[in-house]
Amino acid sequence: MKHIKTIQTRNLCESAKNGGCGECQTSCQSACKTSCGIANQKCENKKESK
Amino acid sequence: MIHRYKCCGYNIVMDVCSGSVHAVDDIAYDIIGLFEDLDKDGVIKEISLKYPGVPVEEIEECYEQTVSLKEAGKLFTEDTFEPIADALKQKTSGVIKALCLHVAHTCNLNCSYCFASQGKYHGERAVMPFEVGKRALDFLVENSGSRRNLEVDFFGGEPLMNFDVVKKLVAYARSIEKEKGKNFRFTLTTNGMQIDDDVIDFANRECHNVVLSLDGRKEIHDRFRVDYAGNGSWERIVPKFKKLVDARGGKGYYMRGTFTHANPDFLNDIKTMLDLGFTELSMEPVVCAPDDPSALTEEDKPAIYEQYEKLAELMIKRDKEGRPFTFYHYMIDLTGGPCIYKRISGCGSGTEYMAVTPWGDLYPCHQFVGDEKFKLGDIYTGVTNTEIQSEFASCNLYAREECRGCFARLYCSGGCAANAYHATGSVKGVYKYGCDLFRKRIECAIAVAVDRALREDDENSDL
Repeated sequence: MKHIKTIQTRNLCESAKNGGCGECQTSCQSACKTSCGIANQKCENKKESK
Repeated sequence: MIHRYKCCGYNIVMDVCSGSVHAVDDIAYDIIGLFEDLDKDGVIKEISLKYPGVPVEEIEECYEQTVSLKEAGKLFTEDTFEPIADALKQKTSGVIKALCLHVAHTCNLNCSYCFASQGKYHGERAVMPFEVGKRALDFLVENSGSRRNLEVDFFGGEPLMNFDVVKKLVAYARSIEKEKGKNFRFTLTTNGMQIDDDVIDFANRECHNVVLSLDGRKEIHDRFRVDYAGNGSWERIVPKFKKLVDARGGKGYYMRGTFTHANPDFLNDIKTMLDLGFTELSMEPVVCAPDDPSALTEEDKPAIYEQYEKLAELMIKRDKEGRPFTFYHYMIDLTGGPCIYKRISGCGSGTEYMAVTPWGDLYPCHQFVGDEKFKLGDIYTGVTNTEIQSEFASCNLYAREECRGCFARLYCSGGCAANAYHATGSVKGVYKYGCDLFRKRIECAIAVAVDRALREDDENSDL
């Protein structure tokens, strides 16, 4: 019986090896800028293996 | 570090540092909760007592699943990222990617909760001349290094009060972007009062994103969002917003509201937006001085938490009905979100993102405009106040002690520097009230993402 279902996610530890290109949207956590929070950004590094 | 919680009928376990998310049954939920405090025999004993009808073999099997996930780096992962906290900002040091252009320090509404003191930012009314804006765009191009996508927000006050300059600036940017190897992405944030066919045509042709200010229910919106004669603006702007969104053809927009002490039941405002036909929504908690009558209180918190949970349930329900909608704070891409460098480097204010006043001064972000000690320099000579800029550059996740034990830290990157400053006097402080609401939102966002992922799995297994 399966007690744990693991949801597919990006492995953040792996991303330490191949991330950090800086191409993503700039981020701002301010409430009045509903356009660029960290949590809902997408990675823009097309070459990187996720 | 793990975080366990229950939401929308799911038991969820987040492995904070690996980014892993697990949906678990009650037995696994309890085993994972005891795992770090007891040895195997101790865990099995405790769980057997709590679930007397469950065979020991099954409990052991679940325990072994937990062990396997730990060994696979998907549970109890340690935070080893601090040494690379500066890496991204160092790598992109001196590169500016985004500017917030304050094209109008004036407004045609007089909202008492406005962080920018009715658009004037505690100063005189002003509009940005074309030449200042043009120089700001050149400044951005000159300082953007090899970065191709450049973001420019037309902000205010109310930017449409200087619409002719906005149009000319976009035309100028388009005239240089090919030759400079850049791609401008424009965002317009507007209260809607001056939207007409010309604005709609412009926004839908040129703006990557449009942020439209609507607080939801008419009586809630009109409580604060009034003109200088004190008349509410809801009746005037809603038809304009509808026309703009209908003509947008699927391009990005947000219907963005603010909730205050007057409407902690903000889900009703979101429902109003849905009833009006809008589907890309945001409601933000007001940020203001604690003695302001619109300020959210400790007593409001339980009601707000409940609203966030009900909102997540509504999203799941409408997903199932084939009528999905987007809530900005619940947009979370578990497979394609930012890398760890981005998540720990802090917000981009003062380094890769700056605000430009109507006369060309540079500030770390729009929220610091008007506070002279944060002035970084200007668009003619660049950043001269390197001391302030260094403070923002060093403002990463690990600069804030309070963040170290927080399960949501890799989803907020340490939060908003301006909120922190206004709450504590330091950009490296934390705005605790905002953190509490943020944590609740992330729990709900992940619950919605879990529901979507599991339903997708079920649909695939049915094929």
